Amino acid sequence: MRAFEYLSASSVREAVEALAARNGRARVLAGGTDLIVQLREGRREVDLVVDIKAIPEANRLEFDLQTGLLVGAAVPCYRMVGFLNAAGIYPGLAAAAGLVGGTQIQGRATLGGNLCNASPAADTIPALIVHRAACLITGPQGERELPAEDFCTGPGQTALQPGEFLLALRLPPEPEGFGAHYVRFTPRNEMDIAVAGAGASLRLAGSPARIIEARVALGAVAPTPLLVREAGASLVGKAPTLEAFEEAGRLAREAARPIDDMRGTAAQRRHLSGVLVRRALETAYQRASRGGDA
Amino acid sequence: MNEKETYRVIGTRPLRPDGADKVTGRALYGADLRLPGMLYGAVLRSPHAHARILSIDTSAAEALPGVKAVVTAADLPDVEAKVASLGEGSVNTRYQSWNILAREKALYYGHAVAVVAAASVHIAQEAVKLIRVNYEVLPPVLDVLQAMQADAPILLRDLRTDELGEKGSALTNVAAHHQTKKGDVERGFQEAAVTVEREFHTATVHQGYIEPQNATALYNQDGRITIWCSTQGSFGVRDQLKDILDVPVAQIKVVPMEIGGGFGGKNNVYLEPLAALLSKKSGHKPVRLTMNHADVLSATGPTSGSVIRVKMGARKDGRITAAQAWLAYEAGAFPGSPVTSGMGVIFGPYAIENVLLDGYDVVVNKPPAAAYRAPGGTNAAFAAEVVIDELAEKLGMDPLDLRLLNAAKEGDRKADGVAYGRIGCVEVLEAARNHPHYRAPLPGKFRGRGVAAGSWGNYGGKSSASASVNSDGSVNLVEGSVDIGGSRASISMQLAETLQIPVESIRPQVADTDTVGYTEGTYGSRTTFATGWAVYELGRRLIGLLCERAAQLWDVEPGQVTYEGGVFSCGGQRLSFAELAGKMDETGGAVVASVSVQPETWGPAFAAHIVDVEVDPETGKVDILRYTAVQDVGKAVHPAYVEGQIQGGVAQGVGWGLSEGYYYDAQGRLANASLLDYRMPTSLDLPAIETVIVEVPNPGHPYGVRGVGEVPIVPPPAAIANAIYRAVGVRLTTLPMSPARVLEALGKA
Repeated sequence: MRAFEYLSASSVREAVEALAARNGRARVLAGGTDLIVQLREGRREVDLVVDIKAIPEANRLEFDLQTGLLVGAAVPCYRMVGFLNAAGIYPGLAAAAGLVGGTQIQGRATLGGNLCNASPAADTIPALIVHRAACLITGPQGERELPAEDFCTGPGQTALQPGEFLLALRLPPEPEGFGAHYVRFTPRNEMDIAVAGAGASLRLAGSPARIIEARVALGAVAPTPLLVREAGASLVGKAPTLEAFEEAGRLAREAARPIDDMRGTAAQRRHLSGVLVRRALETAYQRASRGGDA
Repeated sequence: MNEKETYRVIGTRPLRPDGADKVTGRALYGADLRLPGMLYGAVLRSPHAHARILSIDTSAAEALPGVKAVVTAADLPDVEAKVASLGEGSVNTRYQSWNILAREKALYYGHAVAVVAAASVHIAQEAVKLIRVNYEVLPPVLDVLQAMQADAPILLRDLRTDELGEKGSALTNVAAHHQTKKGDVERGFQEAAVTVEREFHTATVHQGYIEPQNATALYNQDGRITIWCSTQGSFGVRDQLKDILDVPVAQIKVVPMEIGGGFGGKNNVYLEPLAALLSKKSGHKPVRLTMNHADVLSATGPTSGSVIRVKMGARKDGRITAAQAWLAYEAGAFPGSPVTSGMGVIFGPYAIENVLLDGYDVVVNKPPAAAYRAPGGTNAAFAAEVVIDELAEKLGMDPLDLRLLNAAKEGDRKADGVAYGRIGCVEVLEAARNHPHYRAPLPGKFRGRGVAAGSWGNYGGKSSASASVNSDGSVNLVEGSVDIGGSRASISMQLAETLQIPVESIRPQVADTDTVGYTEGTYGSRTTFATGWAVYELGRRLIGLLCERAAQLWDVEPGQVTYEGGVFSCGGQRLSFAELAGKMDETGGAVVASVSVQPETWGPAFAAHIVDVEVDPETGKVDILRYTAVQDVGKAVHPAYVEGQIQGGVAQGVGWGLSEGYYYDAQGRLANASLLDYRMPTSLDLPAIETVIVEVPNPGHPYGVRGVGEVPIVPPPAAIANAIYRAVGVRLTTLPMSPARVLEALGKA
């Protein structure tokens, strides 16, 4: 492993200046569960590592019924998942974030880091997408917001410009009748990467209930996590039935652009896309009909 | 005589002597070693599966500050081709040298090409990047059937087929064709009412030990070489080094450190010769080399992927009339797959009149195969036991009844002509059939129960041990057997049994090659059998010496002194073991003894496994609901460690069956060289594995011991395949039976 400089930034400005000065040869460290492994294994080389854990804004974890959830990019999963579970909010996000590594990794890994690592198979990104999460990005030109589905641009590639970093994620409040979930398929029950993953959210209204909003997202079946708009759109206006969920799964299967690799085959991933979307929708629906506390 | 009741130590479950050090982290492994002035190494590995090495330029690496030595194949002696025995297999010294460092060709992704020693491992890693190798990339051959084609790219410039003992003339990738024949299979198939014939494919899999290979060497100015390493056999390391480095054996001392798993994969040397050469070249500094898991998976011994065709026929009454198998095993880059041992296992549990076995040892562009727990046996049993399951189905017979009807007994001859002695095959199958698991209902959809049997020949080999009696009645035991699976305990227990003293009185120590007599490695399920036999002899010798001391004290003839129940006596005189030990000073000083044995009467082991699975037909995932492993162990010296061996073998067999396998890309690069993507089962993927110990004592051992460590890995993939068939109605014939393969078999993907 090559030697590199380390900076623990104490303010957003200090981090932005340090990152901008290195013109792409610097990398942000939050939990480090991806970055440190990549550096050790020679898969990534940097001159400077900027630790954002001492930046107050990156450690915010707040919930407000009007504005929703704000998760700083340095908040470890264990803290966020504990916060969500204690408050009984965003169970679909908690389900996804709880899958990131074992107990020790949960103590370090962050939602922001999982997003910025931009793995096509990241477990939390489809969940962020179906929750309509916004990425709060800061940089030399100030702050900007980007929908989660637009953040990843390729495997390991993001929309961040030189000098920019992800400061926090904001999720809108879960409206009445809303439910979301994320499921993945792994051959092993733990210590594995999704062969395919699916996030789904829906919102019910009326009696008998109809779906008035829905989102479907896939992981590990394309170069980036995928928002499948047509699958979500197919659900709107329909009753929450197995047939409707299966039709959304069929559309998701068609939208998948999977490959063969050491973790699975393209045919398997395509097939799983449909199965997992239906399963995610079934749980999302249960949550929606129970008022989101499941 | 009911021997069970006469044992005082054997059959109990004492704490292991190395337990405290292991659970506190105090036990010393190779990576814990720190020597003054130590240098650290890094290895340059081939990024190509098959390439001619046109040139290697190490000048930039040598010029990097902190670099102390760079070694390439040019630094290794060009040794003669000669075949050396290595326990369960044999190695050709020349090929082994070519494997240590690629000489003319890199033959697999990860093949070591050069190695650097530097003041820190980081400098060494940077220096490796500065080495310029000019490769002529050649097409790789990764598939055993492709490698056997006449027009396949040729790996080795001197390989000609050994065709049943005759050398062929053409260059080839087929190193050998072996054949075993008994009776007349054509006639046997004519007598059959039903026949089943299928082709099976199994993936290349790794032993999966968690401690990576490591070696530290000090090549002294006077020519003496000391090696500290993680190995199953310190004397085997010494033998290999002597040949590869071409130095006298007396110059080499091998110190075995604690070992974090081996499963057959830590018999061969990889880093040891490199560390020795770097030490010599760097000015006689100690040099440590350590692999990471990517190195371990891409460059140390996997076991062979294989293609196996099996045909079996049976009469209406279930009697198997003929069995034929064609087995092609990947050897990796150099000859030496375990195909012949697979041929020994394939129909091992059965007495069959007519058998024909053809086995092929085939080189491909993968790391050379090393032994892995019952080498070659799991592949073979997978094929045979699935075919037997199908025979039972066609005959309308219970699959265990069919196996029992054909089970091998004492006096039955295997296809290779060797007659079985007293074996427990029938007892094991009966115990499985009578087990509550086999009779329990299995309600629910997509669930099925499968069974499979397995055999393993076991081994004896050379073992030495010495001991000295302490004045308090304790005994220091020095053995040469590396302790992988609790053998300090099982060996100490056999000595304690012989000496009729508590096992806590035995202080075992695993010694280096300068300290103890020649001892083969801990492989072939031989250690508790053979080293156990050595300490049995050692105990008897110590008792004889102590009888002489008692005779001296009592002024009688040694033959008049008896030893029973831990007490020496003659007439009315009595002294306990400890009391007599306290009188050593007045009877001539220390009581010490050394023994070396080479017992030949090892007994084969048999196993029968029962497994319940549930298949998710939407994802292809197979969950194991319940697992029972029945095994004849001869005599369980330490039942807890016997159970542990059985459970460990099952766990590895489940991985082999469901999720493990090398994944090479089209260029022959190993894409899953990590413990994340090489999917061994975790504790969450396995149920509690129930074990049933059957004890049919081996008459060829003083305590009835049979090897227990290997046979439990033989039946699992077959048992699981048979269970999947009963759950969802499809026969899986390719390993691993991954979710993707199950979906494919179900027509879903």
